[in-house]
Amino acid sequence: MADTHDKEIDRISGVETTGHEWDGLKELNNPLPRWWLYSFYACIVWAAVYWVLYPSWPLISSYTTGVLGANQRTEAIAAFDEGVAGRSEFADKIIATSLEDISHDQELLQFAQANGQAAFGDNCAPCHGSGATGAEGYPNLQDDTWLWGGTLDDIHTTLLYGIRSDHDEARIGEMPAFGRDELLTRKEVAEVANFVASKAGVETEDGVDLAAGQVLYDDNCAACHGENLEGIQEVGAPSLMSANYLYGNSLDDIKAQIHAPRNGVMPAWVDRLDPATIKSLTVYVHSFGGGQ
Amino acid sequence: MSTDTESHDDAHTEEWFASAKKIYPMATHGLFRRIKWTLLFITLGIYYFLPFIRFDRGPNAPDQAVLVDMVHKRAYFFFIEIWPQEVYYLTGLLILAAVALFLMNAVAGRIWCGYLCPQTVWTDMFLWIERKIEGDRRDRINLDKEPWTFGKVRKRVTKHFFWLMIAWWTGGAWVLYFNDAPTLVWQLLTFEAPLVAYVWIAILTATTYLLAGFMREQVCIYMCPWPRIQAALTDEKALNVTYRWDRGEPRGSLKQNKKLMEQGLPAGDCVDCYQCFQVCPTGVDIRKGMQLDCIQCGLCIDACDNIMTKVGKPTGLIAYDTDENIQRRIEGKEPVYEIVRPRTVIYAGLIVLVSAIMMFALLTRDFADISVLHDRNPVFVEQSDGTVRNGYTVRLSNKRQHPRSFMLNIEGMPPNTRMEAVGVETTFAGRPIIEVGPDTTREVRILVTSPPWEKMPASTPVTFRITDSVMGEVVTAKDNFKAPEKP
Repeated sequence: MADTHDKEIDRISGVETTGHEWDGLKELNNPLPRWWLYSFYACIVWAAVYWVLYPSWPLISSYTTGVLGANQRTEAIAAFDEGVAGRSEFADKIIATSLEDISHDQELLQFAQANGQAAFGDNCAPCHGSGATGAEGYPNLQDDTWLWGGTLDDIHTTLLYGIRSDHDEARIGEMPAFGRDELLTRKEVAEVANFVASKAGVETEDGVDLAAGQVLYDDNCAACHGENLEGIQEVGAPSLMSANYLYGNSLDDIKAQIHAPRNGVMPAWVDRLDPATIKSLTVYVHSFGGGQ
Repeated sequence: MSTDTESHDDAHTEEWFASAKKIYPMATHGLFRRIKWTLLFITLGIYYFLPFIRFDRGPNAPDQAVLVDMVHKRAYFFFIEIWPQEVYYLTGLLILAAVALFLMNAVAGRIWCGYLCPQTVWTDMFLWIERKIEGDRRDRINLDKEPWTFGKVRKRVTKHFFWLMIAWWTGGAWVLYFNDAPTLVWQLLTFEAPLVAYVWIAILTATTYLLAGFMREQVCIYMCPWPRIQAALTDEKALNVTYRWDRGEPRGSLKQNKKLMEQGLPAGDCVDCYQCFQVCPTGVDIRKGMQLDCIQCGLCIDACDNIMTKVGKPTGLIAYDTDENIQRRIEGKEPVYEIVRPRTVIYAGLIVLVSAIMMFALLTRDFADISVLHDRNPVFVEQSDGTVRNGYTVRLSNKRQHPRSFMLNIEGMPPNTRMEAVGVETTFAGRPIIEVGPDTTREVRILVTSPPWEKMPASTPVTFRITDSVMGEVVTAKDNFKAPEKP
């Protein structure tokens, strides 16, 4: 294509052509609009300034950091601190207010429930379930059955120090392993298990002496579980009156628990979560409806 | 294909590929110019000053008559307050606006475009400034051709300064609709306004400056969808700005036509002075007939009437007329004007109907609201005493400007059902009394427990009913009480 063409002006548009021609079609010489060109130059200048100010060029094992020292990690941490500071107004009030008063103050209750819900999802849901309905070995927090008490204060204490945790203040209550430690014979375990099952409405085995089971119960179990199987919350001994057992409701489950009990552990949260969060969790769990 | 058609196509091809020519509208005066000034003052007056009008709503609400409060999610229009969930009133308003546009079109074509459209109004104002600084059409054409002298720079700088000032005020007035106007004006003056206010002012300054200063008729011709829709909606009975070519043709200069007349040859009234073309803000020659570019502002009517008066001929060579009448005049019949016809009656009827529905909805709307969300996990809780408990999250809304207390009641459950609202002390006959602050909502966790040993079906439909303990307003919401499936 020749550059040395005479300037040809297109008849219709009045624009100069480039002299390029394909099958009779001629290319018009419309230069880039000025505003576009200058915007483009401005972008180039902008890029050069950006390289100096911000992290941009990869090096062999690091990168150019930029003179402003901008860093997304620092920004994220600052934003997180800002969030904590933003919550502190309510958090301070939560700490200063008694549990009873929190649950009667509309604003604090709303904050405690929202805060508690978030903390529950992060810390409690793995064992107790996202709906707080528990699982075998992990208590249901929605219903009215409480091993260690369901008042605000009881729940708060359990949350702070845990159950059979390694904290000094932990709630401790251990059921002896009657079968494994040979406190009772296999037959005796079966008898007492059948007795408990008969009281809880669980199907019993034929030909087992329930009266003998009752005697064994009075001698070995009543001290903790009560004469009428009503349980004693102070030692964490559950009521055995209805088949709503933590470790299963079948006769075999009851036998297994008497033979070699599982003693589950709830961790102490006092050193892991801040006081406001623990209080919020208390109010949140209590407001499920099962609280006493 | 005949040669005639080919040359016609060729002419169009040239038009399509030609660059846009800059338009220098000339000043004119007359009836339609006065109407346009009047409407400009009214519409811009409303736009710039409406946010400053006060309207007392009591201590719990802002006192700005027209306010869209994004932060608190409320919209106010004098005595009406709209919550976000009532945004259908806005939909109704948009439907009304659309039908009103159709009605305007059926009666007199593009009166919206010519007189009321913001693009027209602001362009008119920008043109007025341009004319004051750079002079009328001929001066401006010459100024464009002039080399850059001090005088030209001074004129240009002054013009763009005033344009930018108006554009800035346009953006400034816009943000006043979203904040308390006097407070925001003060904040803007002391540079303490929120960033978002400056951003919006900048955006609207830029659009106003570009659209009214530079793009002008290009917006109407290439950007706006209404000319296309309007062309499909119009009919032969709608009034349009029309050149009466039956009277005007053959056009010619005053002298030439006088000569023709003396010879007993036909001579039209059009003196071919091009005034109609030169005053046109979109650069249309109205004598070519109705066309997409014409916004029907009537300025060519004023220009033509002025000339007709000067040359001693009757006015109205260009006038509002209908397609039907053009045809009738050719056939030698009297023109007819049918403003009341099925189309206009239907549009007017629709406007009345939609307005009536909206008024009815507005006058009978609830000032309280309840929404119920059943717990999903767990759906129900079985308790040791054989009862079943369901949890609900209930949100109560109080749209009045004073605190109200509502009694919550549940219907459809057996007697001795217990209901508890978490954190709510006050009850009346076992029913919680829930207080809700002025113009706000409150979320309450509601626990419903079936009577002991009552065998509940897997699902029981229930109704939550709140009753305003003073005014007696009742609002209900339906949900279900869930219990374990029976074996």
